[in-house]
Amino acid sequence: MINPAINPAASETATAKLTVRDLNFHYGNFHALKNISLAIADKRVTALIGPSGCGKSTLLRVFNRMFELYPGQRASGQVLLDGEDLLDRRLDVALVRARVGMVFQKPTPFPMSIYDNVAFGVKLYEKLNPADLDDRVEWALRQAALWDEVKDKLNASGMSLSGGQQQRLCIARGVAIKPEVLLLDEPCSALDPISTGKIEELIAELKNGITIAIVTHNMQQAARCSDFTAYMYLGQLIEFGETSQIFFKPQRQETEDYITGRFG
Amino acid sequence: MTDKHLSSQFDNELAQLSSNLLAMGGLVEAQLRQALAALTNHSDEFAEAVLAGELRVNAMEVAIDDALTRIIARRQPAAVDLRLLLSIARVTGNLERAGDEAAKIARMVRAIVNSGMPTLPLSDLQLACDLAARLIAQALDAFARLDTIAAFATLKEDAAVDREFDGFVRKLITYMMEDPRAITPSLDLLFIAKAIERIGDHAKNIAECVIYVVKGADVRHRSLAETEAAISAAPEAGMGRP
Repeated sequence: MINPAINPAASETATAKLTVRDLNFHYGNFHALKNISLAIADKRVTALIGPSGCGKSTLLRVFNRMFELYPGQRASGQVLLDGEDLLDRRLDVALVRARVGMVFQKPTPFPMSIYDNVAFGVKLYEKLNPADLDDRVEWALRQAALWDEVKDKLNASGMSLSGGQQQRLCIARGVAIKPEVLLLDEPCSALDPISTGKIEELIAELKNGITIAIVTHNMQQAARCSDFTAYMYLGQLIEFGETSQIFFKPQRQETEDYITGRFG
Repeated sequence: MTDKHLSSQFDNELAQLSSNLLAMGGLVEAQLRQALAALTNHSDEFAEAVLAGELRVNAMEVAIDDALTRIIARRQPAAVDLRLLLSIARVTGNLERAGDEAAKIARMVRAIVNSGMPTLPLSDLQLACDLAARLIAQALDAFARLDTIAAFATLKEDAAVDREFDGFVRKLITYMMEDPRAITPSLDLLFIAKAIERIGDHAKNIAECVIYVVKGADVRHRSLAETEAAISAAPEAGMGRP
């Protein structure tokens, strides 16, 4: 259920895949997320927007425990994936990341072939025979709208692709393991408008089967491709609601100032 | 309503647009006054002035639409900016049509004067025309100040213009039944009365835009009671600036 305290109307339209409750996050002494509670709706796109340093990328990184790679970073509260607390240390972090995939701002293809880039994660989690693996790679590349461009050069290096293709390759790698949730951290900020358009198109396709959370600095992108939008500022969740509502008539002055480009 | 964007250029564009809109509003108000004068004085001269002014109103509508299109294309406005720009487009359209009604009145007066036919007393129409012109002024003033209270007052007064129109039609019917020779001049007056009633409707549409911009509530085709509820229910997020 979407947090009814912030927007009662939003709760009626979708069930929650990820439920965040009283989440606090610290980088050493810095309190980066303050009592965040919200719900990421199942098989919908939720956009996180806000100025630099507001905590939106931090929040995204909590969703698959990426922060654990760094010392001095800690999270408290609950992040429930279908009711199961992802922050529970007993939960295998590798399994969490198999269920909650992530794509970063800069394309990060592995220095290996296009085929192996996509097959790499699958091999970690599943034992597929070669024919099934081929099928899975093709399926993932088709999901990422990249198949037609690379089908004749699957053994070429992933690094040989253009920036937009590399990013779609990373998305293919992300969806290949069939995650339940896909986290996108500024996936288009290094891409041209055509590649951006393809990725947005892809997001619309993917949400039929996957829950998506996207961090973006591009407000038009949030408006175009998300169903729900969360506006964050200084580590706090200021407003959360349906995207059409947030961009037409936000409830909070701070949100209105941000999305219309006014001084806060 | 145009202040404080990070882009001062955007502020300037909106300020310019608002000032052009108010200039257009001033021109339409002048047109209505001239039409009223034509009616009051039975004057061909005032009627000609209205018809000459109409071309300027039309040109302003086109210019404002052009500026609006450019701003939307370049700025991709959201929230209050989006509501404001949509409303400016609607207000411009309504002003242009109110100007058309003024021209219609002027043409009728000119036809009546030129026909040399005796006509019926016009005092009722003068009052209604004066009221409608004031409504346009009031609605524009509410729009300039984004004042929902003044806008609501305009909506209520438009109901009074509509009642005047109904009463006037009944009176004309009485004249026509009493004396068939009164039918031709009565029909002329009926057209004028209808034009005045339409001007009141345009003022109402402009007033509804004020509520849309400020409250984000679309109150078109709503009763006065529903509109009043919408005004008091919705918070003024994005508008009541400290």
